[in-house]
Amino acid sequence: MKKQNKAPSGTVKKVFKYIKNYRLLLVISVILASISVAGRLYAPILVGNAIDLIVGKDNVDFSSVGIIITEIAAIAAAVAAVQWIMNTVNNRIAFHVVRDVRESAFKKLQILPLKYIDNHPHGETVSRIIADADQFADGLLIGFTQLFTGVATILGTLGFMLGMNMKIAAAVVILTPLSLFMARFIAGKTYGMFKLQSEIRGEQTAFINEMTENQKVVKAFGREQENIRRFDEINSRLEKSSLRAAFFSSLTNPCTRFVNNIVYAFVAFMGAFAVLGTAFVSGGAFTIGNLSCFLSYANQYTKPFNEISGVITELQNALACAARLFELIEEEPQIPDKKDAAVLNEVYGNVKLDDVCFSYVPEKKLIENLNLNIKSGSHIAVVGPTGCGKTTLINLLMRFYDVTSGSVKVENVDIRDIKRSALRSYYGMVLQETWLRNGTVRDNIALGKPDATDGEIIAAAKAAYADSFIRRLPDGYNTVIGEDGGGLSGGQRQLLCIARIMLCSPPMLILDEATSSIDTRTEIKIQKAFLRLMEGRTTFIVAHRLSTVREADVILVMRDGHIIEQGSHEQLIAANGFYTMLYNSQYSQA
Amino acid sequence: MKKLFIYLKSYIKESILGPLFKLAEASLDLIVPVIIAKIIDYGIAASDLNYIIKMCAVLISLGFLGLGFSVTAQYFAAKAAVGFSSKIRRALFEHIQTLTYTEIDTLGSSTMITRMTSDVNQVQNGMNLALRLLLRSPFIVFGAVIMAFTIDFSEAIVFTAAVAALSAVIFSIMLFCIPLYKKVQGKLDGVLGITKENLEGVRVLRAFRKENDEIKAFTERNNALTSIQKSTGRISSLMNPLTYIIINLAVVWLIHTGAIKVNDGALTQGAVVALYNYMSQILVELVKLADLIINITKAIACGNRIQAVLELKSSSVNPSETLGAQVDGVNAVEFCNAELKYKNASAASLSDITFKVRAGETVGIIGGVGSGKTSLVNMLAGFYYATKGCVKLFGTDVKSYSESDLRKMFGVVPQKAVLFKGSVRDNLKWGNPNASDCDLMYSAEIAQAKEIIENKDGGLDFQIDEGGKNLSGGQRQRLTIARALVKKPKILILDDSASALDYATDAALRNAVREKLKGITVFIVSQRASSVRYADKIIVLDDGRAVGIGTHDELMLSCGVYREIYESQFGKEEQIHEKAEQSALGDGKKGI
Repeated sequence: MKKQNKAPSGTVKKVFKYIKNYRLLLVISVILASISVAGRLYAPILVGNAIDLIVGKDNVDFSSVGIIITEIAAIAAAVAAVQWIMNTVNNRIAFHVVRDVRESAFKKLQILPLKYIDNHPHGETVSRIIADADQFADGLLIGFTQLFTGVATILGTLGFMLGMNMKIAAAVVILTPLSLFMARFIAGKTYGMFKLQSEIRGEQTAFINEMTENQKVVKAFGREQENIRRFDEINSRLEKSSLRAAFFSSLTNPCTRFVNNIVYAFVAFMGAFAVLGTAFVSGGAFTIGNLSCFLSYANQYTKPFNEISGVITELQNALACAARLFELIEEEPQIPDKKDAAVLNEVYGNVKLDDVCFSYVPEKKLIENLNLNIKSGSHIAVVGPTGCGKTTLINLLMRFYDVTSGSVKVENVDIRDIKRSALRSYYGMVLQETWLRNGTVRDNIALGKPDATDGEIIAAAKAAYADSFIRRLPDGYNTVIGEDGGGLSGGQRQLLCIARIMLCSPPMLILDEATSSIDTRTEIKIQKAFLRLMEGRTTFIVAHRLSTVREADVILVMRDGHIIEQGSHEQLIAANGFYTMLYNSQYSQA
Repeated sequence: MKKLFIYLKSYIKESILGPLFKLAEASLDLIVPVIIAKIIDYGIAASDLNYIIKMCAVLISLGFLGLGFSVTAQYFAAKAAVGFSSKIRRALFEHIQTLTYTEIDTLGSSTMITRMTSDVNQVQNGMNLALRLLLRSPFIVFGAVIMAFTIDFSEAIVFTAAVAALSAVIFSIMLFCIPLYKKVQGKLDGVLGITKENLEGVRVLRAFRKENDEIKAFTERNNALTSIQKSTGRISSLMNPLTYIIINLAVVWLIHTGAIKVNDGALTQGAVVALYNYMSQILVELVKLADLIINITKAIACGNRIQAVLELKSSSVNPSETLGAQVDGVNAVEFCNAELKYKNASAASLSDITFKVRAGETVGIIGGVGSGKTSLVNMLAGFYYATKGCVKLFGTDVKSYSESDLRKMFGVVPQKAVLFKGSVRDNLKWGNPNASDCDLMYSAEIAQAKEIIENKDGGLDFQIDEGGKNLSGGQRQRLTIARALVKKPKILILDDSASALDYATDAALRNAVREKLKGITVFIVSQRASSVRYADKIIVLDDGRAVGIGTHDELMLSCGVYREIYESQFGKEEQIHEKAEQSALGDGKKGI
């Protein structure tokens, strides 16, 4: 599907800011292009001159012809060399500019607030940095190689033609735009057809996506025939609109070619008359060689016009892609660390939440006036129904999001006064959605400490009860875990995440228990690993297992963003409130 | 690709006429230089004004004729290409509908989608271009050479040499660059990989303060991409300069030898001009041909991929009519030593499963991830066949049922709660197209989905977005249960369908199913002991084997794995606690 090719006006300026680093190359490219165009245009004139010297039997000026053809050969060689260098220079400019833009985009990605990343589909961001950047590179390249040469060729041809014969040149100048009008006219007419085609195609793709992704459900409900019927209906509409779009758009070439042919005939006609008319006039005569040259110009002259209209579409597209990239690059970054942001020397694990309010969207309040005072080494279990704000708490503690009002303090220092990198080093985090990177098991465990020795890594894996399964993997610690997790089970992935934390041994922990249960044996290992990790560390644990909850020092019962109950298991059961209800619902009899 | 051509059968006329008209147009192009030569040699040389006017009129009429030919050609080409691809697309979609789970697994949905969308579009473009240009370009190239031969034999040799040299240069650059483009793509995938990884793992990466390391890694890959792009570019940009040199050398040779011949009177001035013009035509067409070949190669690759999908045979063995149904009213389901080994898998996912289920019973299936729970119910519903042993439904082998009878028997609620774009009513009617609103609401009530529907604007007319995005996970799950119930199935399969429901709703659902759907056989797959706790029969799976079959109480005594699962979820203390609670409440509430 062609993307909308509209770019905000400032985009060109921004592109030039990136090109500026290569301005010397750009100047070279323009000079080389001019040389190559001049050479290319001069060659037909030389051919024409040579032809004029080959008049007929016993009427050939061999010595002059010899000189001219040596010149042609020399010019051809020069043009070829210049053109190759120019292409290389253009490649360099285009690929380097895109490399730079891509890099800025990626750098931006690292300082974007989580809010942006959570709210924008990842596929969209990836497509900006990959597909859009790629299209931008293509556009730039075509722009550099064809736009300038095209314009130079048109101007050069015009100049040479006018120099040879005003009248014929004027005829060519007046007639050729016809082919442009023709192309424009057809493009305008087909736009609507293409739009309709892409709409129907979009509808069909959506249908195919929906049904094919869930082919198993389709089968389970025996909907095959009904689906084929609906598919046929869309498909036949698509066929009709595609035919129109394909046919009418393919008229551009025949029509422009037609105009060119007419121009060609005119040049032949006027040229022949000019040769006859000036045959007896001495000086400024229009020769047969001129005619041959003119004819070849007439062919060449229209080509860049057609090319340029193609190039302009391509450039517009490229600019639209660039605009999307710049949008990402110019996105508001997270609030930078304060200049005097602290790095705490000693972190014991005292955390305080003072009157914290937070919401993702202003209209929808989530956490309100939350107060907590957590002493070093205590274990805090957070429980509550889904959507009550449990994971939000993690976002605030790690400063993935900033509080709306109030403050979060570590060792009595507002975390907004601490360097982000320092703050995050105080915590070890194991999320429910285990994320492993594309790399070996070793790389993954050493994520937080790349310089760890093998001994340290194995010790961490052992402490996380992961060593035994890692050894059973095909390449042990060197087994590559691909994007799909490389055949590791959910539980094994979680153990690796725990080993990752074991290696860093941070003073505080954030643990998010998995809801979906993992096979029993691994589950027991995970619980043991969690317990070992939690020894002596302040731990926030988003709990789903009642056994975990019961052993916590403090249970925070959350509901709709509020902490509605707080205390130990026994205290809460005795209070007979929401917690008791939650606890008992586990035993609801079927 | 070859086998796809049967879809071109209805367009034989178009696919012959299209290229023919194109050739007609091309031959006109070849006549033009001859006419120019005549104008020079006869018109100008003899100062014959009428001749010149006549010839130019011929040129213009050739222009009109060419326009007519090419428009006709474009029409036929477009019609054949579009019709061809529409037929392929339909055949693909239809074929995919006949595939069984086994083939769907092997292919994967993203592959199937790509085949039906972008691959078919590529084939359409390739076909359109091929019909228009595949004959035209070589025709002009060879035509120009042949025309050169008619003008002068030895000059034509230069043409042959030039065409050979040009082709060699163009195609060797192309061949050389194709593997390089693949390398570029590989490097681009590397950049893509790290970008994706950084988005998905953003929390972990930031928690480990990897921002700068990631930028370094990205820059490295980005630079690697740029350098391979540049070196590929250096080679591919040789194309223009090299062809330019060859053509001009040929022209130089042409003028040199032409001069001698003209001097000898063996050749005219106009003939030299004509030869020069043919030379220019050759270059243009050869470059076009190279482009075309790249496009067609791509289209053929797509075509081959499409053909591979079409050739994939459905492994379904179910007959079109149910065979020999000997109805066993007592045992709804029977597994005898059933084994399931997925295609290309090294080990069986289920082995040696034997059990019987009476009609009307509720069966719980419990076990860890990958223990084979879903495989078991999929085998039950005939989505996969037992690779050993057999599965019987009401006394008849699953394989003997016709596919439609089999589907009618089951109500399946899959793990992933999938709803489709459309109204709630449309979605529920998947179960039964003839169901009344009343039927739908009744099923919804059992599925605990009634209030969801009632609370939405428009009730049953509420529009669900693609993938059910405007509903919560729990709402989707309950609606998918309702959808299965609308079918009024004999056997209901709830494959971990309550995972997004809270415990209370889960319990209410199970109660409603039991009370309102008497006589229905229910399979509940779950990882929660509480969901299967009160089933008539619980099958405990561990690593593809049934390690325990029985009631909760029996299993607590006899099955170590079950006890382990139960304890990991409840803890020993609760059991004591719970027992006390049960005895206090009495057995009445247990009521199975």
